[in-house]
Amino acid sequence: MNKHFLGDTGILLGRSLRHITRSLDTIITTTIMPIAFMLLFVYVFGGAIHAGTGAYINYLLPGILLITIASGISYTAFRLFLDLKGGIFERFQSLPIARSSVLWAHVLASLLANLVSIIVVVLVALPMGFRSSAGPLAWLAVAGILMLFTLALTWIAVIPGLSAGSADGASAFSYPIIFLPFISSAFVPTDTMPGPVRAFAENQPVTSIVNAIRGLLEGRPVGSSAWIALAWCTGILIVAYLFAMAAYRRKIA
Amino acid sequence: MDTAGQAPVIRVRGLKKSYKDVQVLRGVDFDVARGSIFALLGSNGAGKTTVVKILATLLKADAGAAAVNGFDVATQAARVRESFSLTGQFAAVDEILTGRENLVLVAKLRHVKDPGAVAEELLKRFSLADSSVRKVSGYSGGMRRRLDIAMSLIGNPPVIFLDEPTAGLDPQARLEVWEAVRELASHGTTVLLTTQTLGEAEQLAGRIAILHGGRIIVNGTLEELRALLPPAKVEYVEKQPTLEDVFLAVVGAEK
Repeated sequence: MNKHFLGDTGILLGRSLRHITRSLDTIITTTIMPIAFMLLFVYVFGGAIHAGTGAYINYLLPGILLITIASGISYTAFRLFLDLKGGIFERFQSLPIARSSVLWAHVLASLLANLVSIIVVVLVALPMGFRSSAGPLAWLAVAGILMLFTLALTWIAVIPGLSAGSADGASAFSYPIIFLPFISSAFVPTDTMPGPVRAFAENQPVTSIVNAIRGLLEGRPVGSSAWIALAWCTGILIVAYLFAMAAYRRKIA
Repeated sequence: MDTAGQAPVIRVRGLKKSYKDVQVLRGVDFDVARGSIFALLGSNGAGKTTVVKILATLLKADAGAAAVNGFDVATQAARVRESFSLTGQFAAVDEILTGRENLVLVAKLRHVKDPGAVAEELLKRFSLADSSVRKVSGYSGGMRRRLDIAMSLIGNPPVIFLDEPTAGLDPQARLEVWEAVRELASHGTTVLLTTQTLGEAEQLAGRIAILHGGRIIVNGTLEELRALLPPAKVEYVEKQPTLEDVFLAVVGAEK
């Protein structure tokens, strides 16, 4: 590792954040879809959904936050793709800097941008009736799980960002991730689903992550779901990182 | 062919590179003397950009050796990157940042002292001071290329690679870029430029090498290259102004 890694990453992170603050519309478009889902499910479908005794928005919010992140990371892929296409990626790679800091700057910018989006969505959820009895430690745990999930998805986003042939291709990978929460416990309890669907829903990562966050926000002990959630996030993170690095090495030879 | 007995600042020997089954470079050899302008001339797809990318440590050669400023591109890549700047075929500038921010960014990454002052000086030198606080996305092609070259000068690297620096520019912008390149060389910077415009090589380069079929088929000064053909015949022709002369006269270029 190069002695300038931290400094170079900081400089390039500053650049990426400038990109984000100069295109605030990307934060808005990132949050519009999850907010629309939230309105739709609370005020249209919510009355007919039987998901326990509390307010439906409390049940719904964790899944909405995951959708927010899934739609936010497509911009990371998009920005990375533009850097490659425009040639500035090669310019950075030809400078005497720690080369991997170019990727890490995008990854850290993605974390910060998604954090802002999450806060926006939570703020919108408050007037809709979202309440939590969670203490500071539980909130910290929620933030930790969400950040780990963002990090894992961001490294997935790096793969198409580095290897896509078009800007559309670079961001299209996020659609299946956005829809993964629908086949999970995010919107409705899984026990009404038919056998195979239920089996998929109960064993895919979103369910354990949603259950863990929901438990933490309701101030309940979360038990094994938190550990399964952490294992999923860490596993996805490691695999995505390895594939992203392979794509990166193909790119810079 | 060394000048004044100095070791060449760029040394390329037997460079080979294939993409899948297409052999682009089949053994390229050339030297570039310190402080000179060297033009790599070739048609589209001749492999000029491949040579530059290998020298810039962005691509690995399949065989052969190349050294920049005495450092081997394969084994001392980090030292090589301290020795050159690259201006790519498509102006690699950040569209969303302003001209000044682009320069400051590169100055910071090159760890020069006082990035702000460096940016200021270059903005003046490349006549970009008036647009320094505008986003680059609003710049003209010529301004963008000038900014691109200015970014390459930060940190005074001894070698500059210019990959088709005037591709897609109008005649006036091209003259501005030529002027910038000449000024670089007059400060002692070695310039390796690739071009497919014969006139550009003729205008700028002390030595010209023609890359064709994956090899350097001719390498020499303009006079040496001219001497390859039978001596010139003296003919009297009426010299009409070219359309370029007319264009430049009408739009009022200084040169």
